Amino acid sequence: MDHAAGMPVDPRVFEAMKPCFLENYGNPSSSHSLGTNARNALMESREKVARLIGAESPKEVLFTSGGTESNNLAIKGVAYRNKDKGNHIITTTIEHISVINICKHLQKQGFETTYLPVDKQGVVDLERLKDKITERTILISVMYANGEIGTIQPIKEIGKIAHENQIYFHVDAVAAAGKIPINVQEENIDLLSISSNDMYGPKGVGALYTKKGTRIQPVIQGGGQERGLRSGTENIPGIVGMGKAAEIAQEEIVVEGRRLSQLRDKLIKGVLDTIERSYLNGHLTKRLPNNANLRFSYIEGESLILGLDMLGIQVSSGSACTSKTLEPSHVLLAIGLAHEEAHGSLVFTLGKQNSEEDVDYVLEGLPNVVKRLRAMSPLTPKEMLR
Amino acid sequence: MYSEKVMDHFMNPRNVGEIPDADGVGTVGNPVCGDLMTVYIKVKDNRLEDVKFKTFGCGAAIATSSMITELAKGKTIEEALKITRGDVADNLGGLPPIKMHCSNLAADALNAAIKDYLKKKEANK
Repeated sequence: MDHAAGMPVDPRVFEAMKPCFLENYGNPSSSHSLGTNARNALMESREKVARLIGAESPKEVLFTSGGTESNNLAIKGVAYRNKDKGNHIITTTIEHISVINICKHLQKQGFETTYLPVDKQGVVDLERLKDKITERTILISVMYANGEIGTIQPIKEIGKIAHENQIYFHVDAVAAAGKIPINVQEENIDLLSISSNDMYGPKGVGALYTKKGTRIQPVIQGGGQERGLRSGTENIPGIVGMGKAAEIAQEEIVVEGRRLSQLRDKLIKGVLDTIERSYLNGHLTKRLPNNANLRFSYIEGESLILGLDMLGIQVSSGSACTSKTLEPSHVLLAIGLAHEEAHGSLVFTLGKQNSEEDVDYVLEGLPNVVKRLRAMSPLTPKEMLR
Repeated sequence: MYSEKVMDHFMNPRNVGEIPDADGVGTVGNPVCGDLMTVYIKVKDNRLEDVKFKTFGCGAAIATSSMITELAKGKTIEEALKITRGDVADNLGGLPPIKMHCSNLAADALNAAIKDYLKKKEANK
C-alpha cells in the first residue's frame, strides 16, 4: 500500500510500448516512413493526455522526463520569460520538494517567493492568497492534491483569483492526475505538471500542459523539439506508454476512484475505531481517493513500517527516520503537527492491486504492531498498557 | 537496509520493560528527534544482575537498546562502562551509516544508568 512511491506499469501499457523498441523505433524528426510512424505515435499520445486533463488542443501538451522536469520548466520557464513584468512567485508550504527547491533556486537569482501556509487539514486560505498578491506577482503555483496527506486544493477558485490579477497559474498535478478528474479549461489552469509513473505508466516520462498563449521559455536548449520548449529526441516508448496510461486512467477514473475511496474510508474508519490515540492527517472529504495518512501517538514511523513489512504490508512514513535529511515531513509540520507527532505518521496509498481483503488484512495486523511498539515505548502512558 | 541481526533484535527484542526497584535509570534522546531510550539496571555485588529498556524510536533504536541489555548483563560496573556505541553496532552486524549517530544511543543510555547508580551509591554512603 505504497503506490505513491512506486507502482507497476499496467500490462496494457507495457504491450503498447513493446513495438516502439524493435519495430517502430523511428525518430519523429525523420522524413521517411519510420519517422512518420513515430510522429503519429507522438501525436496520438498527445491527444490522449490532452483528453485526460481537458486541454483544448493536443498542441498544448508537451512531453518531459517526468514531474520534476515539468515543474522546472513551468516555474523557471514562466519566471525567466516574464521577469520584465515582475519577480514574485506565490506557492505553498506543502508543495512537492521539487517545487520548493525550484523556488529557492530562483530566490538566489533575485526572485521572491511567498510560501502560503495551510490550515490543519492542509487547505490553502484563499483570502490569504489575495492578500499576498502584488503588482510584481507573475506566477501562482499550487499543487492539485498533496501526495502525502491527500488534501485536494480549491484549484478552480485559486485559478480565478490568479486570472483576475493577470497572473499565470501553475498546478503540480502529479499526485492527482489519473486519480481524480481534472479539467484545465474549467479550472482556470495555465500550466499543469503530470507524470507517467504515478498513473501506471513507465518512469522517466511526464508532461507539461501550457495553455495557448502562455509566455514561457525553455530550460533545455537544443534541436527545438516540443515547440522549442523541450529539446532532445523524444522518448517515444515512454511517451506511447504515458499516452496509453492516460487513456486507461480516463476510462477507469470514475469506477476506480469510487472503489478506492470505499477501501480508503474502510481503512481509515477501521483504524480510528480500533486503535486508541490514532488520528487522520489531512482532510476527511477533500482527499485523494487512494490516500490515508494516519498518526499513532507514542511510537515512531520507521518501526511501524518495519513491523508492517514483516507482515508483508508496505507503507511509507513522514518520520525523519525514513528520510535522507533526518527531518520529518515538511508537509506534516506545515499542517501544524509537532515533530514527535510527525514521526508517528504512516501513509497508505492504495492502488489497482489492492482489494478489500488487503484492507481487512491491515486492520487485522496493524493494531498488534502498534500495541507491541507502544508496550516498548517509554512515552506510552501506563494506564494504556493494562 | 538493516542486517538480519538488527531485524531479529527489532522483532524479538530482549529485556523489554522497566525494573520497578532499579538501582540506576538512564534516559537519553528526545522524542522531537525521534529517539528516546530509558535503560534500567539492577546491581548486585558490583555486577549488572538485570538490565531492561524502554525505547521510542526507529528499528535501529530498538535493536541497539535490545543489544545493549544483552552485552551489559552479567558484566561488572567497570566492564559495562567500557561498552561503546561501536561495540553495539558491531555486535548487530553493522548499522546503516545514517543511523550511526542518531539512533545508536543505547551505550549512552547504559552509561547514564550506571552514573545514576554510582551517584545514588555515593549519596547513601
